[in-house]
Amino acid sequence: MSNVISKSALAWALYFALSAPLAVAQDILGSPQLGNPVTQMDLSELDLIASKESVLPAGSGTAFQGREIYAAKCASCHGAEGLGGAARQPLVGGNMKTEEAPTRTVGSYWPHASTLFDYVRRAMPANAPKSLSNTEVYQVIAYVLYMNGLIDQYKVINAETLLTLKMPNAGGFIDMSASD
Amino acid sequence: MSIRETNRAELSAVESELESATTDLMVAGNGLISRRLLLGLGLGGAGLSAASGALGADFSMPAWSKQPGPGPSGYGQPSRFVADIQRDPGRANPLYPGGGASRTPLHQLRGTITPNGLHFERHHAGVPEIDPAAHALFINGLVERPLVFDYESLLRYPMISRTQFLECSGNSGALFRDTAVDGTAQSINGLVSCAEWTGIPLSVLLDEAGVSPEARWVSAVGADAASMGRSIPLKKAVDDVLVALFQNGEPLRPEQGYPVRLFVPGWEGNVSVKWLTQIKLSKEPSQFRDETSKYTDTLADRSSLQFTFPMGVKSIITSPSGKMQLQTHGLYQIEGLAWSGAGSISKVEISADGGATWAEAAIDAQAGDKSLARFRLPWRWQGNSAQLISRATDNYGNIQPTRNQLLAEKGALAFYHFNAQQCWEVSSNGEVKNTYV
Repeated sequence: MSNVISKSALAWALYFALSAPLAVAQDILGSPQLGNPVTQMDLSELDLIASKESVLPAGSGTAFQGREIYAAKCASCHGAEGLGGAARQPLVGGNMKTEEAPTRTVGSYWPHASTLFDYVRRAMPANAPKSLSNTEVYQVIAYVLYMNGLIDQYKVINAETLLTLKMPNAGGFIDMSASD
Repeated sequence: MSIRETNRAELSAVESELESATTDLMVAGNGLISRRLLLGLGLGGAGLSAASGALGADFSMPAWSKQPGPGPSGYGQPSRFVADIQRDPGRANPLYPGGGASRTPLHQLRGTITPNGLHFERHHAGVPEIDPAAHALFINGLVERPLVFDYESLLRYPMISRTQFLECSGNSGALFRDTAVDGTAQSINGLVSCAEWTGIPLSVLLDEAGVSPEARWVSAVGADAASMGRSIPLKKAVDDVLVALFQNGEPLRPEQGYPVRLFVPGWEGNVSVKWLTQIKLSKEPSQFRDETSKYTDTLADRSSLQFTFPMGVKSIITSPSGKMQLQTHGLYQIEGLAWSGAGSISKVEISADGGATWAEAAIDAQAGDKSLARFRLPWRWQGNSAQLISRATDNYGNIQPTRNQLLAEKGALAFYHFNAQQCWEVSSNGEVKNTYV
């Protein structure tokens, strides 16, 4: 690793930097291009993004199946009925339109159902994140949706049905990113 | 908390000198004196040092001048006499393991750079202990060549440095409440810090991966137990975002994202994802929990603002500030910090009478782009109550709003992005308290 970059190489880089757009301008920083190719398969465990564009994993679950997992792993913080519990983080209830100070929950506030899978899989339960299987995640989020009255307890939640589920507050957000 | 113990006799001499000298240098009501006073009259230093009585009359040789001290050390630590300068991590919440925040003791620091050990923290699942040799940063999604980088490779990239502030969008959020909280500059406003950040422009790594033409957003994910993620518009990502590896010259501290973090200048701190492990390109935002359920603000009409990234123009007075106690009448300097997520600070004004009259403060040199600026203005306190307020203007002409203006705009349900003017009330007995005007 003793390649010394000559002055003329820098001069050429400068020439291109002044005459070409961004990509070449960065060459003058001498990007060593050290990234190694990686495949989506390699990243199957690390890439946890679940969204409209990022395919959700295989598996499925119903609220009926999720009831026990919720009781065992979620209720101690969020409450048996998801109303807040010891952690004061309610998952259920609230009404953005009628309450004076709205309780913002999955049911009342969250605009996208995909966020529920994404967040539970990456961060919950708080004392043992990533300990649930994908199937368990589908089951337990089905139970949270069921407690909010958004699905019945036998509705199968999977990659497809989750993305088609319309959340009550889906139209409640204003995207401010364009004004930046 | 005492700002300065003073000798009354010497002080009154200084006071009468000041009185005659400053009659036509008063620039606003309730004791504000021209920022040029101290230079112009050359008595500012005299006025303050003459009043200092801590040493007494015993000028014998001190013990530390009569015996050698310890030799060099591996990593220097602050003097034990400043051991009280600490962040305030609060009590751990067993239901939120590792979660929470600690705030920078702004009222105990000077200058504009926050020491690394005192930079504010906000964690969603604690500080991971990352072995850099086993840490992967990968770029995937809408790119021509998904890539993975190891730490050693990242160290071989050319880096640039920027001295810029970082502010949590929840900073000063307590000031949205109806009742003025009785706190300090640290407890109310301490979720802002400033450091020299050194790293690789994200655009360099994105270029290497080859961004697909349809990509519009970048999702950044950390390697902490929460795998915290945020979506950032590609336009910003290729503009000035850094993949930062160093803070004030040394490798990032674990609580600041070691070995590698994102640094997103001028935007709410949460998007500067720590322990950075993933960059994913997409057409639309990923709609993470921390950009939907959290870090969004609900307006009076119950619609909610999402992706409110830039931090507004803001200033805070750090001295005199909450829970300090002025001991004697006389000359003080009103000091504080100002910043703007849009650019640089061009002006800070100070009022000592609750906003009725204003005077322009001196700004220390090098108030750079998205960095902290430190401002000062001499003020003579004669024992009357005073309401100290600062108001910043940035180089785009944005003016820090009053609290009432901010509340009118954002409503009572908002929590994030409080950037309104704050008022410290000095009572006639010298007590300093947060208040609303």
